[in-house]
Amino acid sequence: MTDHSRTAPTPEILRVDQVSVSLSGRRVLDEVSFTLGAGEFTGLIGPNGAGKTTLLRVILGLQRPTGGRVEFLGRPRSARHQPIGYVPQKVLLDPDIPMRARDLVALGLDGNRFGIRLPSRDRGEAVREMLHAVDADRFADARVGNLSGGEQQRVLIAHALISRPRLLLLDEPLANLDLRSGQEVVSLLARIAREQQIAVLLSAHEMNPLLPVMDHIVYLAGGRAASGPTDQIVTTEVLTRLYGHPVDVLHVHGRVLVVAGAAPADEAAAVAHGAATAGPAGKG
Amino acid sequence: MHQLSTAVFGPGFFTSPQVHVAASIGAIVAVVSAVTGVFTVMRGQSFAGHALGDVSAAGGSGALLLGLTPLPGFVGAGIAGAGVMDMIGVQRLRGRDLATGIVLGAAIGLSALFLYLGATSGSATGATQQILFGSIFTIPPGTVAAVAILGALALACIGAVARPLLLATLSPDIAAARGAPVRLVGLLFMLALAVSVALSALAIGAILSTALLIGPAAAALRVTTTVPRALVTACLTGVAATWLGILLSYDSYYWGAGHQALPVSFFIVAIIFVTYLATGLPGARAARRRAPATTAAAAADQDGIAA
Repeated sequence: MTDHSRTAPTPEILRVDQVSVSLSGRRVLDEVSFTLGAGEFTGLIGPNGAGKTTLLRVILGLQRPTGGRVEFLGRPRSARHQPIGYVPQKVLLDPDIPMRARDLVALGLDGNRFGIRLPSRDRGEAVREMLHAVDADRFADARVGNLSGGEQQRVLIAHALISRPRLLLLDEPLANLDLRSGQEVVSLLARIAREQQIAVLLSAHEMNPLLPVMDHIVYLAGGRAASGPTDQIVTTEVLTRLYGHPVDVLHVHGRVLVVAGAAPADEAAAVAHGAATAGPAGKG
Repeated sequence: MHQLSTAVFGPGFFTSPQVHVAASIGAIVAVVSAVTGVFTVMRGQSFAGHALGDVSAAGGSGALLLGLTPLPGFVGAGIAGAGVMDMIGVQRLRGRDLATGIVLGAAIGLSALFLYLGATSGSATGATQQILFGSIFTIPPGTVAAVAILGALALACIGAVARPLLLATLSPDIAAARGAPVRLVGLLFMLALAVSVALSALAIGAILSTALLIGPAAAALRVTTTVPRALVTACLTGVAATWLGILLSYDSYYWGAGHQALPVSFFIVAIIFVTYLATGLPGARAARRRAPATTAAAAADQDGIAA
């Protein structure tokens, strides 16, 4: 991972500024800040319950933050629909719904509008192009409910992208995929981010599948975030501060493992104390 | 030739004004029910549809008790019931059955009361039969226009929300993120469903309205590959079942020596049931199983990787 982002003038797509969310008295997000630039692939990494889905919902405008603000394309995020593509977690596509892959992608164009529409050649062409872009041509006419998990992810990505968003959010898209399908989806997204100059933010509890393509990381733990280039964030020091207790970052055969620290008790206390006084770190 | 025709169509079938009214109302009701039904089945709201039938029954029997025709009672109660069900949580997946069941129970209780009062006061003979099991041959001709207008309103409502409704059916999260008013769309659909069920209650009875709502739709969803095709197939199935039911009921008058016509509703529901069973046969289901080879090939690839 090279640190080109802070010097290269990539246009800013999204700015999350000191966003906090409390849900029924519990602090789910605590002054989270980061920015996303055009063409960047960013991993939103954190353990289960770290607040990843809540953060994505705040960006989408489905959850009102209790503090802080979200700027999209240089302006405060308005309540109106914004050109943001979204692939939610665990979409269960019912096999009993008669919908082909191409129909689902077409709904991405205008599925939010009222009234009925007649089929048109332009729309058909746009859908074909999009299916091709995500390498889904061969199952364009299959029922979406009968497709495999990886195939469904591609169709959902095409659905999210066909309205030409500037930002694409994906919530745990790799959760139910086998290793190979996951790698295919990740490299597809990295290519789309680069080619179409959109910002991609993908949440995952496991960072390793993303390491080959990830430009930046937003690491969430206990509602707090550290963000920046992956190699500067995924370190024993930064993550220990973030978790508030000692963790070790281990590099094993090109894979990164974050494990609970094995420090002696007094040393752990010293590290925890350090975290308390060091202040926020690694904010982008 | 003439003999064959009278064997299939009982004497006077094409000239009977009752048959004309029944065929017109039957066709309108079948189309509205089929269109609404396709979305109802896809959204998994069949139980809500059934409950609205029972709510309609309460309204219809109440209207009869007041000396009115049942239709305004069916429609009014159905719309009120849909509103209450929406308010107490029919749109949340969890608690949806509960909201539906509570409204359904209250509605049947009211029907029991109204029908009892009607029977004891002696003002409405045959009211129970008419409300619960339908009265398509005794509908006054003037009702056709009202049925047509209400049906058109329900269809227009569904047409207006069709796309966000479909998107919300697939994933409420995606629909909300796209800025679609998911809650409003769900409510508008419930109102259209209430009107559709009320019309169906008029034709084949409040209790049997579910059959016309979900039967043709479920059969169509089994054998088609796209939503528009499912809609057309469901409409054709519904209209065919209704007309055939009307014909068989008319003919049944001449079947036995007793000259007693069997109820239309029985025939319509029986035809729908048989049609649904038939779509489960292997040949019919193969229609939608197109392109299974790609999935199989993908699975084979993954097996190759794992090995």
